[in-house]
Amino acid sequence: MKSSASKLSLWLFLAPFLLWIVLLVVVPHLQMLRVSFQVRESWDTLAWGLEQYQNFFTESYYWRTFVRTGVISLFTTFLTLIIAFPIAWYIAKLARGRSKGILFLACLIPFWASELVRTYGWMILLRESGLFSSWLQLLGWADGPVEMLYNDVAVIIGLVYNGLLFMLVPLVTTLDGMDENLVEAGYDLGGNHATVLREVVVPWAMPGIVSGCIVVFMLTLGSYLTPVLMGGKDSAWFTQQIFTQFITRFNWEQGAALGVLLLVLSSVIVWLGLKLTGQSLRKVMG
Amino acid sequence: MIRSVPRSRWFDSLYLAYLVGFFVYLALPLLVTGVFAFNDASFPSLPWKGFTLDWYLADGSAGRTGLFHDDGLLSALWVSAQIAFWVTVVSVALGCVNAVLFERVHFRGKEFLYLLMLLPLVIPGVILGVSILVFYSGMANDISRTWGLELDVFRPGMTLVVMGQVTFITTLSTLVIAARLRKFDPQLEEAALNLGATPVVAWFTVTLPWLLPSIFGAAAMAFLMSFENFNTTVMLTGSDTPLTVALFNRLREGSTPVLNAVALLLMVGSALLAIVAMGRSRSADR
Repeated sequence: MKSSASKLSLWLFLAPFLLWIVLLVVVPHLQMLRVSFQVRESWDTLAWGLEQYQNFFTESYYWRTFVRTGVISLFTTFLTLIIAFPIAWYIAKLARGRSKGILFLACLIPFWASELVRTYGWMILLRESGLFSSWLQLLGWADGPVEMLYNDVAVIIGLVYNGLLFMLVPLVTTLDGMDENLVEAGYDLGGNHATVLREVVVPWAMPGIVSGCIVVFMLTLGSYLTPVLMGGKDSAWFTQQIFTQFITRFNWEQGAALGVLLLVLSSVIVWLGLKLTGQSLRKVMG
Repeated sequence: MIRSVPRSRWFDSLYLAYLVGFFVYLALPLLVTGVFAFNDASFPSLPWKGFTLDWYLADGSAGRTGLFHDDGLLSALWVSAQIAFWVTVVSVALGCVNAVLFERVHFRGKEFLYLLMLLPLVIPGVILGVSILVFYSGMANDISRTWGLELDVFRPGMTLVVMGQVTFITTLSTLVIAARLRKFDPQLEEAALNLGATPVVAWFTVTLPWLLPSIFGAAAMAFLMSFENFNTTVMLTGSDTPLTVALFNRLREGSTPVLNAVALLLMVGSALLAIVAMGRSRSADR
């Protein structure tokens, strides 16, 4: 009697979870994988094949964008970490009392605005008729309007900006939990700034570093808005190609294949990041 | 104390300059966006031509249409609000059930299911959108072709957008609510049971009030995330475009200060929501 009641309550709680995860995550992704291996022979007949994946490797446009997106995303993640770490260190360990809370809050504020608003702000600053260009001309450092938008540097500026919060929060949280005596002990034992950072601080902060890097990398790799609006005509982004296949060309088979490839890339890199640093997904995400 | 660790003056001032630079970088795009919502010029750039409320209030008679008279933007706002409402309801309800499932119920394979629960966080948003598009819209197409039955709910549109957003927002709300449930002392619930309450009554009078702050927090977060989401939404949207997609389309055509007006409104709105949510959770922690 008791066991059947607990079994019932288990299923009562398990069912909504399973419905969500199976119907919205598992099955759609399996279907995407299936469609990516289907080849359209005529308007209503399909066959199995690798055509879409062959297209990816033979059309240099696809794989070049793929590699480019991956490399820029890795670089952006690295840059975000380098920029955020001193800030997180200051907030977690150097700031005291009220200023600590205020500084942390100041880091959160930009993220109450959407990615679109943030990107738009950068466009107003960087474009030819934008503020930076006007200031340069006012100061006499430039003769005419300067276009700073529509290049890779602009895209990276925007992407780093979008990723900062997701790097800062886990870094501040892990650094906050570090015993300051550890750092002192490091110096007492004769360490200098570099060795203490390398031997004490970074190992302690590793869960935060890994979780920040994973989230930023994933968000960057999968971002669409910022690269499309801030990148130039030549700076293609992989999600842009997926969008084109699905929405513009209505070529779902090709789009699904590109989607699977992007998913594989992000999974492999996230997995590698976890393996190389000895962390687990549960620890860094849950 | 870490502050006792020797640092040179030179290093300190460099650090301070870096901090200041960082917060300027953080604030500048948002500040600029907000300020130009009130510039009396038809393009958001310098020079400053005086203060105006036209970008909110102009009724189109003088060649300017302010936000409150822009039917396209207003209806997009309404679409976004409806989507956000349903996403909040569904993902918070699922989040509650999931939190209880993972924190209280013991069953085999829990670890595996927990990892599955975290999965949407490491799948790029575009891919979540694409897979749902492929599965549901594809299914609607197949059913229409085979049986001539039209299942419009599964074609790009509001239902699919809600489904796509629920996919990953549920994970986030589960984590928020589960974190609070973990801190709950189960003895309180046992005491209620000893005093003669049924499990259901104990749940509603003891456990649920304890969870309420986190439920509000999760709801505010879900609403904001839904309102701001672009990557998943853009793949699933039909003829009713939500605000982010509508703004994106406008932005590609060229920008007017109306966009600044919307951006500022969004920033203020989400800041208010965030402050209310934070105030609630803080008063509950006391």
